[in-house]
Amino acid sequence: MKKLLVIPFLCTCLISFGTSIPVGSKHTVKTIKQAIEKASHGDTLIIYPGVYREGNIVLEKRLTVIGKDYPIVDGENKYEIFTIHADHVTVYGLKFINTGVASINDLAAIKVLESNYLRVQNNKFENTFFGIYFANSTNCRVEGNELKSDAESEHQIGNGIHLWKCEHMTLDNNRVTGHRDGIYFEFVTESLITNNYSEGNMRYGLHFMFSHNDEYRNNTFINNGAGVAVMYTKGVKMIGNTFEHNWGSSAYGLLLKDIRDSFVTGNIFKKNSVGIFMEGSSRIEFRENTFSENGYAVRLQASCDDNVFERNNFSANTFDLVTNGTLVLNTINHNYWDHYEGYDLNHDAVGDVPYRPVSLYGMVIEHMPSAVLLWRSFFVFLMDRAEKAVPAITPDNLKDNSPAMKPYDFHKAN
Amino acid sequence: MTRVLKYILYDILRTRFILLYTAFLFISTFGLYQLDSDSGKVVLSLLNIVLMVVPLVSIVFSTIHFFNSYEFIELMLAQPVKRSTVFLGEFMGVACSLCAAFVTGVGVPMLLFGINANALTMLYTGVTLTLVFVSLAFLSSVLTRDKAKAIGIALLFWLYFSLIYDGLLLWVVYSFSDYPLEKITLVLIAFNPVDLARIIMLLQLDISALMGFTGAFYQEFFGSYLGIVLSTLVLFIWIVLPIALAQRIFNRKDL
Repeated sequence: MKKLLVIPFLCTCLISFGTSIPVGSKHTVKTIKQAIEKASHGDTLIIYPGVYREGNIVLEKRLTVIGKDYPIVDGENKYEIFTIHADHVTVYGLKFINTGVASINDLAAIKVLESNYLRVQNNKFENTFFGIYFANSTNCRVEGNELKSDAESEHQIGNGIHLWKCEHMTLDNNRVTGHRDGIYFEFVTESLITNNYSEGNMRYGLHFMFSHNDEYRNNTFINNGAGVAVMYTKGVKMIGNTFEHNWGSSAYGLLLKDIRDSFVTGNIFKKNSVGIFMEGSSRIEFRENTFSENGYAVRLQASCDDNVFERNNFSANTFDLVTNGTLVLNTINHNYWDHYEGYDLNHDAVGDVPYRPVSLYGMVIEHMPSAVLLWRSFFVFLMDRAEKAVPAITPDNLKDNSPAMKPYDFHKAN
Repeated sequence: MTRVLKYILYDILRTRFILLYTAFLFISTFGLYQLDSDSGKVVLSLLNIVLMVVPLVSIVFSTIHFFNSYEFIELMLAQPVKRSTVFLGEFMGVACSLCAAFVTGVGVPMLLFGINANALTMLYTGVTLTLVFVSLAFLSSVLTRDKAKAIGIALLFWLYFSLIYDGLLLWVVYSFSDYPLEKITLVLIAFNPVDLARIIMLLQLDISALMGFTGAFYQEFFGSYLGIVLSTLVLFIWIVLPIALAQRIFNRKDL
């Protein structure tokens, strides 16, 4: 029955083509504000190149706004630029620059309030406080946008793409650099985040809280102040993302705090000071991830339980795994560890002796950070050897019982 | 002085040990470069050689050489030459040949495979450690007349700086882990040339970020102009102090 109702709805959509209103210095309508006033639901505004300084533009009609050759909409460092409060709006091909900066209001280049079915596509943002801001909206698409900012400190800048209390959102192929958080979600559920690129943001490349059942695919998070941090969420899928070069005393490739029932699969963690930091997280499956050249590949706090690490590649990490307690409630199996020194007598590609990924020195550092200055000394080498031979301090049952002899080739399998 | 130096250098070359040492360094460095194309990793592997083998060879070779040329020294002292000239000549001869061996053995493969800042720091720390341990060897040589005992003392020095000191340091860090230890450990590190060299090297290789707050603190110190000057100064003291002390003993010693 529902499906039948959709068909006449689609037909009306097709019939109700609005008129298109050209906007520009050479046209009768000079400003975007005038055009919005003139337009009725379903119309299209075509913005011709030029600089539009019109303060805050409020859009409360179902319109399509299309920019030709990136017309510049300037907030003059004072105003929020677009405030949208209408369903079915499309904003395409505009260039937003210089929004105001405020500590009380979150001024954004495009702010969407309580609206559904929007498209924000192929826009450029430069020096905006918040770039794209959605509040209490559903079923919107944010696609192909490019956000650039160059603030000097965290409090002078907002988030690139900021979503609050949204559902069914799609973020695809956006680039965010130089903001506070590249992508920020709070109470955003059932959403799809794909192919985005978040680099050089002050704080986190991706930051979300209470955002259940979202899926992240093929995104790249590089060189952000503190990497990626996600908290208080269940049902997250992270597949095929790259976390790279998040380097610093408190930077993490991926920080998981109170995450439950999730999947982290096929990701690449490279050159992070900590690949994954986990705290209070349960029932997460880590499969087919690649950890290489990290300081710590995984820091698994003892407050995590029922997590599964299977078929991951660990290579050239300083520490493969570090934990802060002796109680182990997680499963680690069938991984490849380049530090593994065992043998495989029956040639089934599975090592015959278990591998203990936690080194004594790793434990020591976890408790006494100052001890790090002994790193790579002969003393530490001997200490680790002795512990490997007769484990006394490291958790006895934290081991990979069937380590792989060769690294997995995930690309071939795909 | 130059004449004494010339005789000593000639004598050292004749023993062929120094050539073997050069060959060993050359082959291992060359081999490491062949195994791994990433020069950062090669330098990291070389670090173990520089921190373990170089001090050991330097200190043992110098001690043995000193006792082997004991008769030569006695003969020289019978001539109208100052004691300090003979002693310093001996020190310079051994130090120069060992440094030259290290620089050729490690430096030539580095030049072949491309030299960079990491490699240069490596050479610098290697040469400094050689000098420090030759200096310590001379101190252990003048402390006793017995060759075996002197080698024992020399080995003890090596063991102390490579192993025992680090153990003690860990114990201190463990006992006082409730206190902010950054500055104190910085001072404690200065009391061990091997640790100092190791940390200079590690920070150069830019793996400091993972070391958290302590690492950041060290990075700030050793990365600064003052830090570089101070650490060089401390290493210099480690060269000068033992040899000065040794010379003082040697000058008053009844041979």
